Amino acid sequence: MEVVRDRAWGKPLPAADPVFAPFWEAAERGRLLYQECPACGHRQFYPRPLCTACGADPAWAEASGRGVVHTYTIVRQYGAPPFRDELPYVVAVIELDEGVRMLGNVTDCPVDAVHVGMRVEAYAVKAAERIGVPFWRPR
Amino acid sequence: MIVGIGLSDYPKAPHLSAIQHHAQALQRALADSGVAKSAIDGYCTAGGMAAGDDPVTMAEYLGIRHRYIDGTMVGGSSFEFHVQHAAAAIREGLCDTVLLSYGSDYLSRMGRSLGTGGTFRGGREVPGPMQFEAPYGNSLVGSYALVARRHMHEFGTTPEQLAEIAVGVREYAGLNPHALYRDPITTADVLASRMIADPLHKLDCCVISDGGGAVILTTAERARDLRQPPVAVLGAAGGMTHWNIGQMPDYTTSAAAVCAPEAFARAGLTPRDVDTIQFYDSFTITVLLLLEDAGFCKKGEGGAFVAEGHLRRGGRLPLNTDGGGLSSCHPGMRGIFLLIESVRQLRGQAGEAQVPNCDIALAIGSGGWLSCIGAVLLGRGRSS
Repeated sequence: MEVVRDRAWGKPLPAADPVFAPFWEAAERGRLLYQECPACGHRQFYPRPLCTACGADPAWAEASGRGVVHTYTIVRQYGAPPFRDELPYVVAVIELDEGVRMLGNVTDCPVDAVHVGMRVEAYAVKAAERIGVPFWRPR
Repeated sequence: MIVGIGLSDYPKAPHLSAIQHHAQALQRALADSGVAKSAIDGYCTAGGMAAGDDPVTMAEYLGIRHRYIDGTMVGGSSFEFHVQHAAAAIREGLCDTVLLSYGSDYLSRMGRSLGTGGTFRGGREVPGPMQFEAPYGNSLVGSYALVARRHMHEFGTTPEQLAEIAVGVREYAGLNPHALYRDPITTADVLASRMIADPLHKLDCCVISDGGGAVILTTAERARDLRQPPVAVLGAAGGMTHWNIGQMPDYTTSAAAVCAPEAFARAGLTPRDVDTIQFYDSFTITVLLLLEDAGFCKKGEGGAFVAEGHLRRGGRLPLNTDGGGLSSCHPGMRGIFLLIESVRQLRGQAGEAQVPNCDIALAIGSGGWLSCIGAVLLGRGRSS
């Protein structure tokens, strides 16, 4: 996925965590990761140190970065910066073609154009050193 | 058996701190029940509303010498879980008399910031799994809006059908002199109110208030000597599907689909037996999901069911007869008020809002973002 590196990041940042860090580091390099269990095949997101289905050690897998809007809302009121300066914006649950779901924002289109079933693709914004945050736009 | 209930001052109580709400509600529950304070040997509370309201600090503050303590904190439904645990502890003989208490000064201390105040400011480092949601600026209202949108998409549920829930609850609020908002509203009023997070309007959302409550449970034997007609815990069950909204496995089904049938099975009852429902109305959509999941109608038919007017005063399944969270009182976690209003109805003490021949009440709490659901069937005239 494309990585935008020249946009100022004023949003919350993920705190350092050894299980979560590989996801953010990969996104900063343009790769969108999820986990798949070598033992039972279960796919999961967000990352864990164990498979939530069978308890085995999960492995990383790379997603295509394509998916569909499963559900969404247009946030029209939010008290804290910087979000309050960006209202209205879309928060959506994206179902990736690989089956896992991620919460995110759908950008690069009017908020009223977003609908359930809309095809979207991921891009990342560099938020800090070794941290890329995925976003979604119409495909 | 539930033998005592107490409400602290609400919906606005700037003279009370969160922990004072606990104390005032307890004093009122003692007066209501005739239970001697020294008889309380079990304690359940959730904490999480203010500094110093954790279970052990509260037990010390209130002077509870507990043989049994439970600090289960699953959000607003914690108190439905507490009833399940307290009833089991009494049955097992771990203790005889259990206090549940709650208190919050949210409105006076924090204003109406809970729903869209913005938990996560820019620049903040977010630990734990919430770091996968915090960068996107979702609000508490937005989380429920994700559920409402999916329900509309899958089943054709309309904003008008959701609005009917708010209109009916407001009608009951008109009968409660303490309710925060009492003037009647129409469906058109709900739809014309400001959109907070599509498809949820301002009037689809609960109020923010101050308030607290206390509930006292004891053995059937001790209940006989007390002031009030006892209310039996007929069946209780709880469960969860997720915590953070991004992890909800099915955006149109809550854990009530599992725990409500479990509570009915324990009580030997069915949805047809229920005379009033006290459901956690954090948002109109919350009630809709709980109705479907508890089996009052099929999945997807909640909108049509609600539109038939069953939840209104005079309907066959009156909802939130105290004015609910939507119009009366929501200090952050509402679960204890569902129990207290159920007890008032079953005792026949609900005044103008009294549901005729009310024998069975169902309280269902929802904690988090439709995450942790607790269902409690209460009845009069039967022993647990």
